[in-house]
Amino acid sequence: MSAIIKRELSSYFNSAIGYIVLAVFYFFSGLFFYMYCLLSNTTSMSYVFLSMLMIVVLIIPIITMRSFSEEKKQKTDQALLTAPISLTEMVFGKFFGAFLLYCMCNAVYVVYAIILSAFAPIDWAVFLTTMLGMLLMGGALIAIDLFISALTESQIIAAVISIGVGLFIYMIDSLSGMISVEWITNLLHNLSFDAHFTNFINGIINFTSVLFFISVIAVFLFLCIRVFEKRRWS
Amino acid sequence: MIEVKNVTKRYGAVKALDDISFTAESGEVLGLLGPNGAGKSTTMNIITGYLGSTSGTVLIDGIDILENPKQAKAKIGYLPEQPPLYQDMTVRRYLEFIFDLKKVRLPKKEHINEVMAIVKISDVADRVIRNLSKGYRQRVGFAGALMGNPPVLILDEPTVGLDPKQIIDIRKLITSLGKKHTIIFSSHVLSEVSAVCDRIVMINNGKIVADAATDKLSEAVGGDSVLLLEVEGSASTVRDAIGSVDGVKRVTKGAGNNYTVDYENGVDVRRGIFNALAKANCPILMMRAGGLTLEESFIKLTEGGED
Repeated sequence: MSAIIKRELSSYFNSAIGYIVLAVFYFFSGLFFYMYCLLSNTTSMSYVFLSMLMIVVLIIPIITMRSFSEEKKQKTDQALLTAPISLTEMVFGKFFGAFLLYCMCNAVYVVYAIILSAFAPIDWAVFLTTMLGMLLMGGALIAIDLFISALTESQIIAAVISIGVGLFIYMIDSLSGMISVEWITNLLHNLSFDAHFTNFINGIINFTSVLFFISVIAVFLFLCIRVFEKRRWS
Repeated sequence: MIEVKNVTKRYGAVKALDDISFTAESGEVLGLLGPNGAGKSTTMNIITGYLGSTSGTVLIDGIDILENPKQAKAKIGYLPEQPPLYQDMTVRRYLEFIFDLKKVRLPKKEHINEVMAIVKISDVADRVIRNLSKGYRQRVGFAGALMGNPPVLILDEPTVGLDPKQIIDIRKLITSLGKKHTIIFSSHVLSEVSAVCDRIVMINNGKIVADAATDKLSEAVGGDSVLLLEVEGSASTVRDAIGSVDGVKRVTKGAGNNYTVDYENGVDVRRGIFNALAKANCPILMMRAGGLTLEESFIKLTEGGED
């Protein structure tokens, strides 16, 4: 598994993708940090995080779009699938490779927090729960987008579908407000990444929310494994 | 070493492989021969565990590839038709990745240098794969297959698209590797298979049509042997003289003074022909064995399969 993680990371930085993802993430987070913290004279970073959700939804598909689709297209999946490793190891390797790049993106918040703490004491507990929320939510999106990438040979199709799904998930909470059937509203609200993420941003580690994101990761990585299993037998 | 037992593979309604069985012994170079689309790559993909078979089993050194895929795959080095190369990596980085991926327990740097020396790619070790020529890429793929010194090598058309010198290099490489490894090697080029392999399994339309040692293949196919001659003298005299020799079945006159003689397998008619022609006062200018070429048996078998 470590071999695959290492290769994933090196492939991000052998091409421009890794640098572009980091640059875009740092640019927007820096912009929001300046607007919402420095200009507004507050140590609360919650608006920065909330504004970044949209950027995360757009940037994760760029990280994951080639994970599996490019392997299939270049037929390099033959090396992985005939190597003495299990499908689980392969899929988890891909997942952690993408996840580590996403973690590198998020590391910038620590820098912002340290800058803020120079001006006024900040609430580190809230900061840490929010970071946990960012990582869990990002992990869930990565798992979903990896699954989408495993379904197609084209990285463009993978990226477009992933962005579409991401935006839908992003909007799901607002959609739930427009529906008058109660159980559907509840269902949508419970599936909303936004609603679960809000818990973390408020400094609460809600067990349900943690479990929700971890389940999403588990379900989509499992589906991903099934895609390869099925391909072998069809 | 490699046992393929009653393997069938269906793609929907299409039977890509129909009840294929063959064995490759330890240290044997086995040629898998067949026209395009005969099922060679499918067979190899099933042996390596890339695809599952619809029914039947594949044993690598007694280990079932589907039941214990990890142990079985650790014994195989596979070079698919299109080498699975990451274009953005350098040769050395790629081989390091394959080394780690296969969880090889040999000294890393030495082993990679050794393998690069075997397939002669040491000079491009630090170049990016994208910029390499086809011949080099093929050899990098080969190096990937050799990583970890697996006892079994599966090579899917390793010489396709290479220039003649590279083809000879790869053949030499396979021959030298054949001393230590069990190799299954596929090709649709007959001369290649007969030059390299100890045994040939011919596949057509997903079925095995012949399985024999390379030098016995023409006998297994049941064809005649062929002798090519150039003889001075009138055609009828020559024809009668040759025709009188025991074992000769047919004499056909080609262009000029060239004759083709079909004779029974296993009989040596050369001395008889020499004596008969000497008696008829027709000097032999040239005589060489045409054999029953593999080419002919191949065409014969594959045409037969299409009925």
